[in-house]
Amino acid sequence: MSSLPEHNDFAAMYNLEITHAPDAGGHFGRFGGRFAAETLMQPLKEIEEAFFDAWNDDAFHAERLALLENYVGRATPLYHAERLSKQNGGAQIYLKREDLTHTGAHKINNTIGQGLLARRMGKKHVIAETGAGQHGVATATVAAMFGMSCDIYMGREDMARQMPNVLRMRLLGANVIPVDSGTATLKDAVNEALRNWVATCEDTFYIFGTAAGPHPYPLLVRQFHTVIGQEARAQILKQAGRLPDVAVACVGGGSNAMGLLHPFRDDASVKLVAVEAAGYGLTTGKHAASLAAGKAGILHGNLTYLLEDDEGQVQGTHSISAGLDYPGIGPELAFMLEQGRLTLDAATDAEAMTALQTLTRSEGIIPALESSHALAAGARIAKAMQPDQIVIINLSGRGDKDMDSVFKHMGWLEDAS
Amino acid sequence: MSKRLADVFVRCKAENRAALVGYLTAGDPDVTSSRELLLALADNCDILEIGMPFSDPMADGPVIQAASERALAAGAHIDDVFALTRAVRDAHPEIGIVLMGYANVPYAMGFETFAEKASSAGADAVLIVDIPPEEGHICDAALKKHNLDRILLLSPTSPDDRIKLACENGSGFIYYVSLTGITGADMGNMESIRSKVAHIQALSARASNHMPVCVGFGVKTPEQATQVAQFADGVVVGSHFVSRIAENSDHDSMRSAMLTAANHMRQALNSGVSGDNI
Ligand SMILES: Cc1ncc(COP(=O)(O)O)c(C=O)c1O
Repeated sequence: MSSLPEHNDFAAMYNLEITHAPDAGGHFGRFGGRFAAETLMQPLKEIEEAFFDAWNDDAFHAERLALLENYVGRATPLYHAERLSKQNGGAQIYLKREDLTHTGAHKINNTIGQGLLARRMGKKHVIAETGAGQHGVATATVAAMFGMSCDIYMGREDMARQMPNVLRMRLLGANVIPVDSGTATLKDAVNEALRNWVATCEDTFYIFGTAAGPHPYPLLVRQFHTVIGQEARAQILKQAGRLPDVAVACVGGGSNAMGLLHPFRDDASVKLVAVEAAGYGLTTGKHAASLAAGKAGILHGNLTYLLEDDEGQVQGTHSISAGLDYPGIGPELAFMLEQGRLTLDAATDAEAMTALQTLTRSEGIIPALESSHALAAGARIAKAMQPDQIVIINLSGRGDKDMDSVFKHMGWLEDAS
Repeated sequence: MSKRLADVFVRCKAENRAALVGYLTAGDPDVTSSRELLLALADNCDILEIGMPFSDPMADGPVIQAASERALAAGAHIDDVFALTRAVRDAHPEIGIVLMGYANVPYAMGFETFAEKASSAGADAVLIVDIPPEEGHICDAALKKHNLDRILLLSPTSPDDRIKLACENGSGFIYYVSLTGITGADMGNMESIRSKVAHIQALSARASNHMPVCVGFGVKTPEQATQVAQFADGVVVGSHFVSRIAENSDHDSMRSAMLTAANHMRQALNSGVSGDNI
């Protein structure tokens, strides 16, 4: 890759080399691939070609990185949470502040990238699925900025628990389409978005929201999010003079996790931890921990770990956080787990809710419920470590969207659910 | 190609008509009724596609989605699919049977076991919507070992290199999806379907493995079936038959509605002329 145009301490922070690439078919070991209906095979190939073409084009990165800097607000801070660390005991906790990005979650790193790709491919209409609504908001935002029309598919159950995001998407001019099929959550929103895309692929770009789905999405989403880990790596070297001992992220599909963890992959001393949603507990069957409790299966275009019954029927999941309430997981995380490069952890609904309050009271930062899972597990891990050790936790989003659920939990609102 | 599927197309050609390929989801609305409904449909079809219910039927429209939901809610298991297949085979030694569904169900069972059970239940072929030729490495050997044809789809978005890929990797017949969309959507422009099918037939004729082309997704009326039969080797009708289940509340009326609908489709093809393509 030749160097980027003028300016740019900012751009210099990023390494644009693609490492740990999947094979030509998008396989990460036995995972990944492109298990798609025939109608989508050609559109997916076109996106793959457009992606590689863009990724090798300095002008694409110049525009993308300028938007990340001036519109999204990157680089996001890496914040040493000293009070939290002291209160928690053990290692020093650093927070990667994705909650401070425009729209309030990491999701926008990816939608800027895919939005630019859509424009490059001449598409005027974008669609997306969303769980917590953060990806939907980030997609609607980019659509507004690029002057594209936008349809967002969202499970009806998720709409109810993330109403502020539904309204934000509408305000941004997106059409939010409720999904009632199946379990009316994220997996069903993906199904419905795919059904729409099969019919509209000629003029519609599907902005997929996580590092899962058919090739090239897992790769492309990962690449657009590696800014998170690359910044964090440079920042911790500057602030602490050393690499972290542990990096922790929550996983729904795996976009914030791949974003933070991928750039540390070749740093053998850094332990990489993915935190799944344990819902009511891993033994209750009511959770969304695909890696911990699932097995290899095929859904939404890729071979990965899935929560399913003995006959391959995908199971309903439960998590207090809509963004983690998904029965699958990005194929590359499944691969890293089997390779022994990923450590699994989990946090329950209750632990996440406690972690949310702990961070809020100790540091004055209100995290998203998704990120609170990473905080719960990350603090637990830090506690068992030494004070001169370092844990970086990805604070993937801010908690505004979750206030209703939190207030109900606190008993401050009627209709406690 | 399976002898039975090959014979079906030879027979239809001799009768100067296109093959009628009917689809129902196994276990819809329950296993007992499903048996009767499949047998009723089989009476009028040359090939039966038996759908394996799946929790997440991504390529299906509301009608077939609902069929999967009804079947699963009524407790349909994959072994019921095999038992229903066996029942159709016993009643119709010559009909072609294609098991159709999504990858995760056979994957969970293991393709080797799946293929063995499908084959011994009497199936001739398998159509897995979300296993394109590129991912055939997970199933091709097992299907081949058990003499099951692998039906591959082509669509309006398939360029020539994908048509060739399907001709080289598929067997039995080519299933041409007449529209860019999900099952049960409205049929596209007949002229563009005709010319794409002719193009596929021409490419297929040049391939070592010359296959008939059946057209499906969206054929809902006998008139449409007649039109498609002018140029295709087979006409696939799915949602139209499945709707007979949703629209009726009791077993008997479902069955008689199914018989009537299948009969109308069959009459339409009998009176039409077939493509001259095999
Ligand atoms: C704040 C936040 N964190 C995490 C996630 C989980 O997604 P992923 O695993 O792709 O990072 C979401 C998804 O909606 C989210 O909104």
